[in-house]
Amino acid sequence: MPRGDVLHGSRAVAEAVKLCDVDVIAAYPITPQTHIVEDLAEFVANGELDAEYVLVESEHSAMSACIGASATGVRTFTATSSQGLALMHEMLFIASGMRLPIVMANANRALSAPINIWNDQQDSMSERDCGWIQLYCETNQETLDTTIQAYRISENKKVLLPSMVCLDGFVLTHTIEPLEIPDKDAVNRFLPEFEPAVYLDPDDPMTLGAFATPADYIKFRFEQEKAMRNAIEAIEKADREYKKETGRGYGLMEEYNTKDADIIIVSMGSVVGTIKEVIDQLKGEYNVGLLKIKAFRPLPKERIKEVLKNARVVSVVEKDVSIGLGEGGLFSEIKGILYNLDERPKVLGFIIGLGGRDITQPDIRDIIKLSKKAEKDVVDEVHWIGLR
Amino acid sequence: MTVSLGGSVKDPGSTVKTKTGSWRTFKPEIDNDKCIDCGNCWIFCVEPCISKEDGKYVVDYDYCKGCGVCAHECPVGAIEMVLEEK
Amino acid sequence: MMQETMQVVVDTPSYIKCRQVCKANVRANRCFKFKKNLEAVSGDELFAPGHSACAGCGATVAVRLALKAAGKNTIATNATGCLEVFSTKYPETAWRVPWIHAAFETSASVASGVEAALKKLGKDVNVIAFGGDGGTVDIGFQALSGAMERGHNMTYICYDNEAYMNTGVQRSGSTPYGSSTTTSPAGSVSIGNKRPKKDMPQIIAAHGVDYVATASIAFPLDYMKKVKKAVATNGPAYVHVLAACPTGWGSASERSIEICRLAVDSGMWVLYEIDHGDARITYLPTKKVPVIEYLKTQKRFRHLKAEDVQDIQDMIDERLKRYSNEI
Repeated sequence: MPRGDVLHGSRAVAEAVKLCDVDVIAAYPITPQTHIVEDLAEFVANGELDAEYVLVESEHSAMSACIGASATGVRTFTATSSQGLALMHEMLFIASGMRLPIVMANANRALSAPINIWNDQQDSMSERDCGWIQLYCETNQETLDTTIQAYRISENKKVLLPSMVCLDGFVLTHTIEPLEIPDKDAVNRFLPEFEPAVYLDPDDPMTLGAFATPADYIKFRFEQEKAMRNAIEAIEKADREYKKETGRGYGLMEEYNTKDADIIIVSMGSVVGTIKEVIDQLKGEYNVGLLKIKAFRPLPKERIKEVLKNARVVSVVEKDVSIGLGEGGLFSEIKGILYNLDERPKVLGFIIGLGGRDITQPDIRDIIKLSKKAEKDVVDEVHWIGLR
Repeated sequence: MTVSLGGSVKDPGSTVKTKTGSWRTFKPEIDNDKCIDCGNCWIFCVEPCISKEDGKYVVDYDYCKGCGVCAHECPVGAIEMVLEEK
Repeated sequence: MMQETMQVVVDTPSYIKCRQVCKANVRANRCFKFKKNLEAVSGDELFAPGHSACAGCGATVAVRLALKAAGKNTIATNATGCLEVFSTKYPETAWRVPWIHAAFETSASVASGVEAALKKLGKDVNVIAFGGDGGTVDIGFQALSGAMERGHNMTYICYDNEAYMNTGVQRSGSTPYGSSTTTSPAGSVSIGNKRPKKDMPQIIAAHGVDYVATASIAFPLDYMKKVKKAVATNGPAYVHVLAACPTGWGSASERSIEICRLAVDSGMWVLYEIDHGDARITYLPTKKVPVIEYLKTQKRFRHLKAEDVQDIQDMIDERLKRYSNEI
């Protein structure tokens, strides 16, 4: 039977990892991820989870140990945040290049300097090109469900790419919400035992991590992109089957009031809850919809284009910025997706909530008002919210 | 050409397909009459390309790069490095 | 436990004596002990030819002999470096044991994950992590320290050729005093590398690791015996093996073994082991060769003046005295 509980986002991740019978965990503590690794340590210490727990001396070694373990044919997990993810950077490309289905939770947090432990999404956004699937979560329930789904997606034979489950630091990790923990039998039905595609075994000696010359290197990169395209279908399939078992599904993205909307806000992560709330409040006054991006990698470009093409203004609200370009990553990509349409909406970018700055309902209302103004008037393309 | 999953190589020892003997300038020649069967040439071969067949040490010239370690380590001068004729 | 592939019956000093006799006197029967010992060495070649190592490469000897000692029930991890590049050019591999490479500094951390997975799977397989000196004493230092401290059942083998050879002979923390490299070139106002070599085996020993040993590829039986002990150790073990690099050292390819022997015979490199805290020098040259005999075999030292050579001689005499007291 599924079990109702009220849990922190961190605990939700740990419960999911336990349900997935992960074999090897290698992790290093960092705020605000700590409760995830502490809870898992507790599960292992109590015998609730039969896993080898490698207490590595850095995030770089956490990812390296996950690579070693995954390549030996077992299910692996790690969790990190911000500086830790940045320290892993080198190994992220190697994990995906070697096609190892590692799953990681990233508690989204701002990057130094100045050092700041609070939430934004600069950390994972800065890793968008590393070949990992990136799934952003709105709630603790979604985080738990997504972590379980991530194993099914990553281990899909047509995918075999690592997955990063992104949950907003503190906003989700340290906030309790009521949720439902699925039944173990349901998870077992949903998630078959891990069957590695390649693994280290003296009975069948294999070389993993060979070096490739210019003659082959580009082919490996192309194979990764193909696997990422396959992941679009794999995510939807996993989501459908998960829904069959638990009644909950999230898709690649979620549309909220988008049909015939003049203005569509595009965003990711926990802030979409606030945005939905404001949209409801403004019903009748403004014709606003929301497109919540769950799968940022792979980015379902055609679907996004379909949803946004008839809007008059698309406003991207995000917690990251590419310094020197002066706009957020999601904004650049959405603009790019729409560019080749004959008639396209105006696209505005809103940089907000950096370093844990609160995103309030009045902030969202201001964004909607400005978007409305952009229907007729010329307004600046990019806006930083919270400079004062 | 398609490439393997993640660059995995499932053909152990497959470098034998590459004949590095073409690198050689000098080739070792073993004088079996002088050989005292001490095994130095075999244990120190860096390729490795020296093995023992029918009680005699033989060089696999497909791979020998002609480094000369075997001749240098032979305690009785039973291996001579001679200029490769090409 | 480990696979029994070889029996070493005679101690290293006997072998050395045998060899010295052999060098001095060509009578075949005087070599019987060494020969007998070699006959016990596995004939299996777990490292295939056809790789693209330079002629006379010492690293290949270090790997080949280690795999002979450990046997085929082994998973190897590898740091980025010459060894990884010359042995695994896709789609070929020289390795006949399962092998994995991830990054430069990760041989020990990847091996940690391999070992944890094997433990979970209940498989009894040797785990050997290979790294060059740069991947071990410099960039891989932290990962290695962590792996040793955590007590993983693995053997780390550092093949030390005393500089970053793969990238073109740049100085590493393992480059010896007075050596000229491309980033510590000897010049009118510089002796070359100004610092002594980082003493990595002692640093690992300070972690309380169960088995630590130094070795030289010129002493194959001693080296293989140490690898066997390391692999048989139920916990972390560390073997640091000197392996000549003709390209980086500026030496004749045929002299690779001779130079690694001269290193030991001159006291430039000391062979010892620390087995569960019990330290012992495994071979002391009966007649010490002056260090100049070692230095003059290699271009990297040829700029040294007589007084520089004397300084190095004093340094190694001092070190040997210290080791003799401590070990």
